[in-house]
Amino acid sequence: MTAQATRGTARTTAQGAGSGAIGALIPRMTEICGRDGVLTDPAELATYECDGLTAHRCSPGLVVLPTTAEQVAAIVFACAQAKIPFVARGSGTGLSGGALPRADGVLIVTSKMRRVIAIDPDSRRAIVEPGVTNLAVSKAAEPFGLFYAPDPSSQVVCSVGGNVAENSGGAHCLKNGFTVHHVTGLQVVTPDGDLCWLGDGTGAAPGYDLVGAFIGSEGTLGIVTKVIVKLTRIPEAVTTLLAAFRTMGAGGAAVSAIIGSGILPAAIEMMDALAIEAAEAAVACRYPEGAGAVLIVELDGPAGDVVRETEAVRAICEREGAYEIRAAHDAAERTAIWTGRKSAFAAVGRISPAYIVQDGVVPRTALGEVLDRIAELSAASGVRVANVFHAGDGNLHPLVLFDDAKPGAEEAAEEVSGAILDLCISHGGSITGEHGVGADKSKYMPKMFGPGDLDTMQLLRCAFDPAGLCNPGKIFPTPRLCGEVPGVRREPHPLVAAGKVDQF
Amino acid sequence: MPGTGRRLAGRLPKELAHACADVGEAGPGDAVAGVAPRFVARPASVAEAAAVLAAASALGMTSVPRGSGTRLAWGSPPASCDLVIDTSRMNKVLEHAAGDLVVRVEAGVGLDQLAGVLAQAGQRLALDPPGAVANGAGPGSGANGTIGGLLATGAAGPLRLRYGTPRDLAIGITVVRADGTVAKSGGKVVKNVAGYDLGKLFAGSYGTLGLIVEAAFRLHPQPAATSFVTLDAADADEASGVVAAAAGSPLAPSAVELDRPARGGPFRVGVLLEGDEDGVAERTARMIELLGSGLAHPFPPAQPSPPPWWGRGAAAASEGTLIRITFWAAELARVLAAIDAAASDAGLDPAVGGSAAAGVLYAAVGEEAEPAAVARFTAGLRDAVGRPAAVAAGEGPPAQGSAVVLRAPGGVRAAVDIWGPAPGLSLMRAIKDQFDPGQTMAPGRFAGGI
Repeated sequence: MTAQATRGTARTTAQGAGSGAIGALIPRMTEICGRDGVLTDPAELATYECDGLTAHRCSPGLVVLPTTAEQVAAIVFACAQAKIPFVARGSGTGLSGGALPRADGVLIVTSKMRRVIAIDPDSRRAIVEPGVTNLAVSKAAEPFGLFYAPDPSSQVVCSVGGNVAENSGGAHCLKNGFTVHHVTGLQVVTPDGDLCWLGDGTGAAPGYDLVGAFIGSEGTLGIVTKVIVKLTRIPEAVTTLLAAFRTMGAGGAAVSAIIGSGILPAAIEMMDALAIEAAEAAVACRYPEGAGAVLIVELDGPAGDVVRETEAVRAICEREGAYEIRAAHDAAERTAIWTGRKSAFAAVGRISPAYIVQDGVVPRTALGEVLDRIAELSAASGVRVANVFHAGDGNLHPLVLFDDAKPGAEEAAEEVSGAILDLCISHGGSITGEHGVGADKSKYMPKMFGPGDLDTMQLLRCAFDPAGLCNPGKIFPTPRLCGEVPGVRREPHPLVAAGKVDQF
Repeated sequence: MPGTGRRLAGRLPKELAHACADVGEAGPGDAVAGVAPRFVARPASVAEAAAVLAAASALGMTSVPRGSGTRLAWGSPPASCDLVIDTSRMNKVLEHAAGDLVVRVEAGVGLDQLAGVLAQAGQRLALDPPGAVANGAGPGSGANGTIGGLLATGAAGPLRLRYGTPRDLAIGITVVRADGTVAKSGGKVVKNVAGYDLGKLFAGSYGTLGLIVEAAFRLHPQPAATSFVTLDAADADEASGVVAAAAGSPLAPSAVELDRPARGGPFRVGVLLEGDEDGVAERTARMIELLGSGLAHPFPPAQPSPPPWWGRGAAAASEGTLIRITFWAAELARVLAAIDAAASDAGLDPAVGGSAAAGVLYAAVGEEAEPAAVARFTAGLRDAVGRPAAVAAGEGPPAQGSAVVLRAPGGVRAAVDIWGPAPGLSLMRAIKDQFDPGQTMAPGRFAGGI
């Protein structure tokens, strides 16, 4: 089991950014970004050593904070010329180490690129910079009765650029889809430093779907500098139901029955007794006592439909054994219901010193069986597992608890965690539903995909980044050598063509 | 006709015969956009398809994939076509996980065949490409094309407003590369971000990157009730206003379509509402009230079945030149005016219609039109829609729309640039060179001569 290596804290300290190949880049980077836009002090660099997954850490060789797309292009061009790897980072909330820096590379942070450039309410489109937070897009669209549908739990801080890299979902993606369904154009800097547009904002540009191919590529195909997003009409009505069941099996049966009835809720979330216990300890969410499972079902849409669907879901839950059902009709009541769910990850800290979050997916109909197997794994190993998940789309977030002060506890937790992913794969699911592969799960990729699959995916990588400098080491356990392909003609970089930069 | 002389040149190579149990000389009906192939192979499995491609590429033969041929005339004619790879024997529905609302099929499965299987569970694949018989297509007619063809052309109809295009509903794909390598990406769960999503890349790739052999899709429940709210608008501006009001309403329309059979004819607008009986009745009444409030004339009653033109207007024209025009939805009135101006300038009278609220219209020009006139019309359209996004004041993409000639008679094909400009063309070329370094997969079919 190689699990330990995942969490094994691979901490690398900066060699002192003033030296070596990276050091030689500093004058050019300062020219591009200004003195404020370049960080070289080891203490400052250390603040960027990890993203939301703190198990992987590495201080970047250099951090740059560009403010424009042209600056990003100039930075990447300089890196490509010097053959220095680079990694893009938005708000750093990713959960797979996708923005894990490199000690021998440049970290390009887009957090200063925060303009909402334009909103076209009649086309239901907005053009934003990559550092704009997910929620800020919805806030900007709200006066027009519109919102940006993907809503990852970190939406208050996570950036749209990061969402593009990870193809982020969120609790409501069951109905609304993921980032890839809501982005119709991207301005990107390619790994050789070209600034270009993919797509034209219509969602139907001629040629290959470069936008679709780029979204979810985890920062390995280039750096996003502008994003055209689709905006969605704010639903007329929203109702949130909370239903308490004695057992997970009963809750799972209710989920299947709801979907089977033809209703498509905006979200269906589920928590087990241990996750509820943690949430109670942390935020006193006052969920019904004695619940073995709590289901949160949110319905949105035209007012009349929501009323009828709410009644139908209520009836299904009662039939499947719900012993208490609460309904929220306004924002305050809704928040009360969601508080427990949204705090669940952090809340687990109240009942365990450390934990691992998994992100596996199984077909919805396999949920019951997989949960039973997880319970068996937990019982057999003595490792506690709290289950919080997007039940509607079979996306599990098992929280594998351990005491990092106890020798061997982390390894035991790793083993259970890996076994859960094996379960997901053997049931026809996926190793990651929304957190991404990043640095964390690349070793599991060969369990899900064969050599031909991985080799073919990397052809796309080779088309964008033949030199392998753009966020190297992520997603794929073994990089593909791209080789020279006859017939590829690349035009000179515009800065070279314009005589502004020497090609060296 | 290009290629006809070469048909006499070669006998069936034994490598190809060994690779596939069903391979033979091509006939006159096998031409691809006017280019005659030498051979047709009909593999019955993924393994056989892989063997065919491996053998063909070893022989240096060029290949063009084909489903039932419904949209085979779309795209540029191939620069060369030695072999047609026909997927009609790969026609198994591999898995319909009704409880998961997921289906996995072979590429040669017909849309009608699939609709029949899914209907038994009260489900559907929410894609209705132009020309399909909307709502209740008769299974087995074969007229609506195959899953592989649908994915490869990215064709989508009225439902695209709510459900998107094939790329939005495909959750997994298996392809065979030019060299015979079999590769899959995605899977059979809807939520999945493991690895690159090759399904996006292959959707709309016209066979230029490889052969699509299997795909998995997200399904939706069949609505219990449907309602079509229709009206004839007085002019383009009124039609645009109605389309915008319907699309911007909170009434969750599944489709908002526009149709005008000829210049000077009425602009028909149709809005599709789907759901349970009560919800549809309620929303229909509200939609009529909303759309009718500014109109001088009375509103016709809504109907549970589609009007005759629904999904069968300009987009479904089976003769002549078919052009797909895409734009930002707010530009609808301007685009309609530009279509008329370009048509009038070229002396043409195209039928116009499509998913107006989704920013997609089709213009159909008759078979008899002069190629030069069609070329002039196409250039006029590109001038009008290929502008920078007005809203972004120079910070948006250089073009905010496109006009692509999907299908045209031979004379027109020779006179027009079929694809027009495509954003990111140098990256597209790089992708093609990686996936198909020998340039044997449907060469020349695609944007930029790819």
